Amino acid sequence: MSTETVHNPSDPDVVADHEAANPAVNVTALIPQTLGGTFTSYLRRVRAGETGSVPGIIGAVALMIVFGVAQSSFLTTSNIADIVEQAAPNTILAMGLVFVLLLGEIDLSAGVVGSTAAAVAAVLSVKHGLPWELAILGAAAFGAVSGIVLGWLRSKLGIPSFVVTLSAFIAFQGVQVLVINSKSNGIQINDQVLHNLYFGRLTPSAGWILLVVSVALYALVKLAQAAQRRRRGLANEPVVVLGLRAIAMLLFGGVFVYLMNIDQAASWQQREGIHQRGVPWSSVIILGLLVVLSFVLNKTRYGRHVFAVGGNEEAARRAGIRVLSIRISVFVICSAMAAISGLVLAGQLGGANTGDGGGNTLLYAVAAAVIGGTSLMGGRGRVVDAILGGAVLAILANGVSDLIQGGNSSAYELIIDGAVLLLAAAVDSMSRKARR
Amino acid sequence: MTDKQEPILRLRGVTKSFGPVEVLKGVDFEAYAGEVTALVGDNGAGKSTLVKCIGGTYSIDGGEYLYDGKPVTVKGPRDSSALGIEIVYQDLALADNLDIVQNMFLGRETLNKKTRTLDEAEMEHLAGEALASLSVRTVKSVRQKVSSLSGGQRQTVAIAKTVLWNSKVVILDEPTAALGVAQTAQVLDLVRRLADQGIAVILISHNMLDVLKVSDRVAALYLGRMAAQVKTSELNHTQIVELITAGRSGELGLVEATNGAAV
Repeated sequence: MSTETVHNPSDPDVVADHEAANPAVNVTALIPQTLGGTFTSYLRRVRAGETGSVPGIIGAVALMIVFGVAQSSFLTTSNIADIVEQAAPNTILAMGLVFVLLLGEIDLSAGVVGSTAAAVAAVLSVKHGLPWELAILGAAAFGAVSGIVLGWLRSKLGIPSFVVTLSAFIAFQGVQVLVINSKSNGIQINDQVLHNLYFGRLTPSAGWILLVVSVALYALVKLAQAAQRRRRGLANEPVVVLGLRAIAMLLFGGVFVYLMNIDQAASWQQREGIHQRGVPWSSVIILGLLVVLSFVLNKTRYGRHVFAVGGNEEAARRAGIRVLSIRISVFVICSAMAAISGLVLAGQLGGANTGDGGGNTLLYAVAAAVIGGTSLMGGRGRVVDAILGGAVLAILANGVSDLIQGGNSSAYELIIDGAVLLLAAAVDSMSRKARR
Repeated sequence: MTDKQEPILRLRGVTKSFGPVEVLKGVDFEAYAGEVTALVGDNGAGKSTLVKCIGGTYSIDGGEYLYDGKPVTVKGPRDSSALGIEIVYQDLALADNLDIVQNMFLGRETLNKKTRTLDEAEMEHLAGEALASLSVRTVKSVRQKVSSLSGGQRQTVAIAKTVLWNSKVVILDEPTAALGVAQTAQVLDLVRRLADQGIAVILISHNMLDVLKVSDRVAALYLGRMAAQVKTSELNHTQIVELITAGRSGELGLVEATNGAAV
């Protein structure tokens, strides 16, 4: 191009000559091609501060061992099924919170907004006699609109999200009372589907089919992606690693479905044909939300932009990303997820009551996301983190409440819960330091 | 010294004021395809303002903005990037939590035509090609997180990004300011290769050695005027410093005419 103009005064460069003689090959992704290599590179990442799920998994296993040794009743199938069900509302709330946390924001109002949305559903179902589909839709719409308002206040007016959502946390407790508008401070729901959001169970065979189909789809998608990369001449993860992942999912899922499918009804109930078994609906809801939200976060342009805004807002703005809409959208997703969480909670409690979703509800969801590995500082997090953290907290709550009896038991529970969240935040901070 | 080549970017008598402060007082500036034009000047000479006018962050008050010989109006960053002008800012604007590929395609992600999802394979392939076209060897894996990169590697990623988008004019704001000796050499190499691809590179630098080593032309701003725009081969270190600090150097500079008639 510029052969005519004489370039000056760059002296004959040995390096340049060498490079001219050896044209560069494409820089590609450095993916270890052996099983051992995959493992060592994973270890290296963990040591470099990319701890990911490791603290959460260690926590879950450690707690299960401790409680299992301490109480004979802890590792019974009925208690495990209880834990799985109890984890659901908090887990779903945390899944939505991950989006807000990814932007380095916080939504303190999500718990109350969720339960207020559930109250809307209860009013629609009980007082207006609408079918459950419309009740759920109403709750979700209520959540989404609340999210728009919160997000707008945060991004348009620039009020810190802590303040916006703290105000909303207080104000929505009032809204909740007005929506419920009952002398008994609660509305009992009688729609069976709304109850089943928490108590519903799949038939045993449906659980197995769901497991096999899920793992098969996962493997197919991964294989298709690998084929696409191969066509482009890009490095791929060894097939063994993919195979092991699928087998691990199958094993873990198999144990889960097997445990859930064991009849937890007492033997006299079983004799009368009453059964209590199968994968909980709430687990299926969580799985569905996990797939949808992870897809949004990892496979769409929108998700990429969420990460970018969380990582470097200025970079995102210069890249032409509409930071404002992204910020509003995460509050909408969070509040809509809170509504779903509130509905599951209402299913558990049998109705919508004033005070639901208040107190520490939201803080437990934040704890779940952080324990799972999502950063409070933004830019780093996964939807699956919420599930892992939700499980840890549910194990903890269930185990501690049985372990510590007596007058001050709830006081000890609070102290232990607080200490666990602190521990999780400390792990987050330390791993962030390691990454520097 | 007549130029056979038409400049791809030409500013004529550009003025820009902020309230009563006239920062650019009729600046002429040219950038040629395949050449590195060093834009030098002391603090407050108007380098940043000029660059922001070219990039569309500021709109010009007066004068002409010619692109490829045709007058254009640039009202915002989108206009300039539509023309093929990219600015690599000093603070780089990379997201630490994303990897190299993700950063290079940020805001312009490639989508799979059938599924409308992110086409990671295609993006990784193109990013690898862009890095290879600049003979980049300092980066180990395109899937490295940017947080794990050194300053020089970050600069490399930011510059390689401009190749990806077929930019015609690339403005580099002090690309070597924070780098060590070896990394500076690598980045300067990269700047040269960028120009060799036919891109008009505008290099803002305070480092005279860098300027002499890599640039084809030097444009010296002095208090909001273009003191001179001269071929680097006709200048030495002292002359550049004089142009920067006094606006003139012997025959060159503002005494002759505001237009740099000595060129």
